Amino acid sequence: MQTFVFPVLILGGLGLFFGLLLALGSKIFHVDKDPRLEQIVEALPGANCGGCGFSGCSACANAILRGDAPVSACPVGGAKSADAIAAVLGVEAGNTVRMVAHVNCRGGINAKRKYEYEGLEDCLAASRVAGGPLECPYGCLGLGSCTKACPYDAIHVVNGVAVVDAEKCRACGKCVAACPRHIISVVRETEDVFVSCSSHQKGGDLRKICNIGCIGCMLCQRNCPVGAITVSDNLASIDYEKCIHCGKCAEVCPRKLIVKASDSVIE
Amino acid sequence: MHGLTYYFSLSLSAILIENFIFVKFLGCCPFFGVSKNTETAMGMGVAVTFVMTVASAVTTLVNTYLLGETYAYMQTVVFILIIAALVQFIEMFLMKSMPALYESLGIYLPLITTNCAVLGVANLNVSNGLDFISAIIYGFSAGIGFTLAIVLFASVRERLEYADYPKCFKGFPIALVAASLLSIAFMGFQGLSIF
Repeated sequence: MQTFVFPVLILGGLGLFFGLLLALGSKIFHVDKDPRLEQIVEALPGANCGGCGFSGCSACANAILRGDAPVSACPVGGAKSADAIAAVLGVEAGNTVRMVAHVNCRGGINAKRKYEYEGLEDCLAASRVAGGPLECPYGCLGLGSCTKACPYDAIHVVNGVAVVDAEKCRACGKCVAACPRHIISVVRETEDVFVSCSSHQKGGDLRKICNIGCIGCMLCQRNCPVGAITVSDNLASIDYEKCIHCGKCAEVCPRKLIVKASDSVIE
Repeated sequence: MHGLTYYFSLSLSAILIENFIFVKFLGCCPFFGVSKNTETAMGMGVAVTFVMTVASAVTTLVNTYLLGETYAYMQTVVFILIIAALVQFIEMFLMKSMPALYESLGIYLPLITTNCAVLGVANLNVSNGLDFISAIIYGFSAGIGFTLAIVLFASVRERLEYADYPKCFKGFPIALVAASLLSIAFMGFQGLSIF
């Protein structure tokens, strides 16, 4: 009798006790959760990549719900998730533009090298050795730290320079953070043209070390019909507020540096 | 009751000499899973310490007053029940009263239910015949030992990212090698045996 009944009673009793305790606990410690939170989480991609700057999709959803982040906070989900979240919250999504990363260097095999680097396959490590293997202190080192950082397999080293695959890119910004040269930026894809050089060296100096860098010749600045391009400190930069996407600058650039995001690949 | 020396040697043995991960090889899953960076490792360590302490107290009470010698064979099943229920309860409690701590522990708290180190500490309390206070101290120290191990290991793994080792060792293999070396280092504390 004792060998059967008591163990059953003990285990059953404990189970009942803890069951009741948990039931009681869920009543006492009940926290009102906003039902919209779950809907926002569902509208997000769920990759937990951290591209938004929060520690995951649910943290991002929390911030959106609190109003700390805009509905378009997720660069990965883009317009689709922004619209879905806006529908949940009952607000206007506004214009969300698809973003892509862009490497502002086309050096690679066109850039002269100081020495042959044979160390760790890591750009930061390479840049610490006498300022990096490139003569150009601004250029892409091509060791693929960005490739390793990319969760979407969208950035690769082609001919010694990192190139973004605009179709795969979700603009999470991991590569921007990984690049020790700070030459990757996240830009609006629709804005067509980018200056693919980061060098502030004088034209003459630059010609000696790179076949393709910006020499600050001012042709783009002079030919831009709306004055959107300024060359300062030997490097052209485009003011996207003024740019009308005419493509004149891309035509006149003697170095063929000003490119569209879609054809930023070295042939 | 015991003297202060006893409690000191008890906690020292749980933290260093009989470290749960490096000597007893308990709780290896979170040890490898959550040791990629020191911050999350710290979070996991704190969560485990917390649960171990509370679980030690409750399981010792239940074991002494409910199970005793007669129903000792039910220890495992009862302890699992207690730990699972406790973690659930603590989670609810934290969500309500300490949302900041709840946020920082995040996913690790529910994960601990299946951490064998917690069940291990409950079983060891019984097999070592520890009383209520000793059990709480032992549980807390075991958690500190776990935290120490996982944080140490996480900092080693952070450095491993930049180490130069054969490609075939990349990822898990090198982590296992590093863990075994750390474990050998902890074997050095064996000479300290007090308890």
